[in-house]
Amino acid sequence: MNRDAPLLETRKLSVGIGDQSFCRDLDLTLHAGERLAILGRNGAGKSTLLSVLAGLRAPQAGEVRIGGASYAALGARKSALIRGWLPQARGDAFASTVLETALVGRHPHLDRWGWETEKDAKIVRDALAAVDLAEFEQRDIQTLSGGERQRLAIATLLAQAPRLFLLDEPIAHLDLKHQIAMLELFAGAARDCGAAVAMVLHEPALAWRFCDRALLIHGDGKTETGPVRAMLTVDRLSALYQYPLQALESDGRVSFMPR
Amino acid sequence: MPTRRRALLILAALAGLAVLSIALALMAGSINIPISEVVSALFGTQESMAGEVVRSLRLPRALAGFACGGLLALAGSLLQVLLRNPLADPYVLGISGGAGVGALVALLFGFGLAGINGSAFLGALAAMLVVFGLAHGDGSWTQTRLLLTGVIVAAGCGAMVALMLSIAPDEKLRGMLFWLMGDLSQANDPGLVLGVLAAVLLLALPFSRELNLLTRGADMAQTLGVQVNRLRRGVYLAASLATAAAVTQAGSIGFIGLIVPHLVRLAVGNDQRLLLPASALAGGSLLVIADTLARTVIAPQQLPVGVLTALIGVPAFLFLLTRDSQRRR
Repeated sequence: MNRDAPLLETRKLSVGIGDQSFCRDLDLTLHAGERLAILGRNGAGKSTLLSVLAGLRAPQAGEVRIGGASYAALGARKSALIRGWLPQARGDAFASTVLETALVGRHPHLDRWGWETEKDAKIVRDALAAVDLAEFEQRDIQTLSGGERQRLAIATLLAQAPRLFLLDEPIAHLDLKHQIAMLELFAGAARDCGAAVAMVLHEPALAWRFCDRALLIHGDGKTETGPVRAMLTVDRLSALYQYPLQALESDGRVSFMPR
Repeated sequence: MPTRRRALLILAALAGLAVLSIALALMAGSINIPISEVVSALFGTQESMAGEVVRSLRLPRALAGFACGGLLALAGSLLQVLLRNPLADPYVLGISGGAGVGALVALLFGFGLAGINGSAFLGALAAMLVVFGLAHGDGSWTQTRLLLTGVIVAAGCGAMVALMLSIAPDEKLRGMLFWLMGDLSQANDPGLVLGVLAAVLLLALPFSRELNLLTRGADMAQTLGVQVNRLRRGVYLAASLATAAAVTQAGSIGFIGLIVPHLVRLAVGNDQRLLLPASALAGGSLLVIADTLARTVIAPQQLPVGVLTALIGVPAFLFLLTRDSQRRR
């Protein structure tokens, strides 16, 4: 991987399903340390765009590069060492313990016949501790609550230790304390470990607080991207959500209230 | 935490069980042969009636039974991962239905054993290709679509089987019914099925950690570095061939492919690195034990072993289901 190349780069990217276009000719670059918030209405194409960025769907046109190379050139395994993806929905068909579930995150770091070592176990235990699940190691995942499962998925992603985090609603199902804790965690990964983060969020105030850039997806193919302070304004957000908002400022932070 | 050491210990214990089950099969029967004579028949050269029975009747049948049980259990665990459904079994994709149609056609036209086996195998292959082709038609792969196609093809095969049974002359009916119920009395050539069992296991094992990821969902597996489409095609092929080989040799023996992976998963967890070989060993042992019972409970008459596995399997499965639902409450 080219260390100087941006962790995520799209060129003339067009994404859509059938006749519906979500974005056209999108040029986006995300360097180490940058945090991008993706905002838009339900069904505007945020998750579809994210899965294209993760290499799970082919774009209608244009290309996606991670660490300077395309997914096809890297192959599945090397890609997995660079980008991690947090899905919105999960189904667990089989019973499994929390520890075993988070251990699958180590897969790209092991060779074909390899078994997880003590070092892998330590990385996974640290990840579980980071999401406040340290006591849950031996619990069956099918007995976890929605928010606990969400945090387990985040721990699995942390165990994978990618440099590019693509997060689809990372704070869904979480209580307030854990919403902030998880966003702090990803902001910290960007600040301290040189990760890049792109996340779908539904709360503009949290995007304002934890991200430095925002991508607004209007759902008709129109997209806007720029620094959060320029993007997250009352006018733009009211147009984006098609609902009038007002901004409230306190302690140097902004939150947005529906009128 | 899964470790190689724990896996090897469990596999060693199961290998011991396999040896025990085969020893039991060699000893028990219409004449009981003590273990010392079994050992001398296997490794010695002396000629005796007991030695002849062990070497040319019981050993091939026990080994063929072991291989078929192992293949069915292995195919069952692979398909449960592929379909992400703990209740999938090797027959859910219509493979045994196709084999059944093939075998009954051969029986109806009075082919010999080789003809019946060949025709059953062709039927299994045909069903496999039809299901794969239809489910894979536009390149997309969903578990539901594969499952539904398999179920429909199986239903179609069931109708054809019923049609042939209803027009078959009376003297052929018994043979046809025995074939359909699963029967090891014709299984006297274990080499091929043992080879297929070893081949499928050796092919699947290097991919077993990737299979673990597949149980978490295709997209999850893909982002963690698995080439999902290639892996799924391979799993489908391996499981189908394993099923086809077992069904061709022994008819459609029910419940081994469903119960054994399920039991093993409850006992040792859902790590495919351990689950796949453990299922093969446990499935083989269970079928050998069931076949020994089928030969001995109302000896000298023999029961079709498929009836016994179903009689053991149904209550065991119902027990597991109710226990599972109670535990989750």
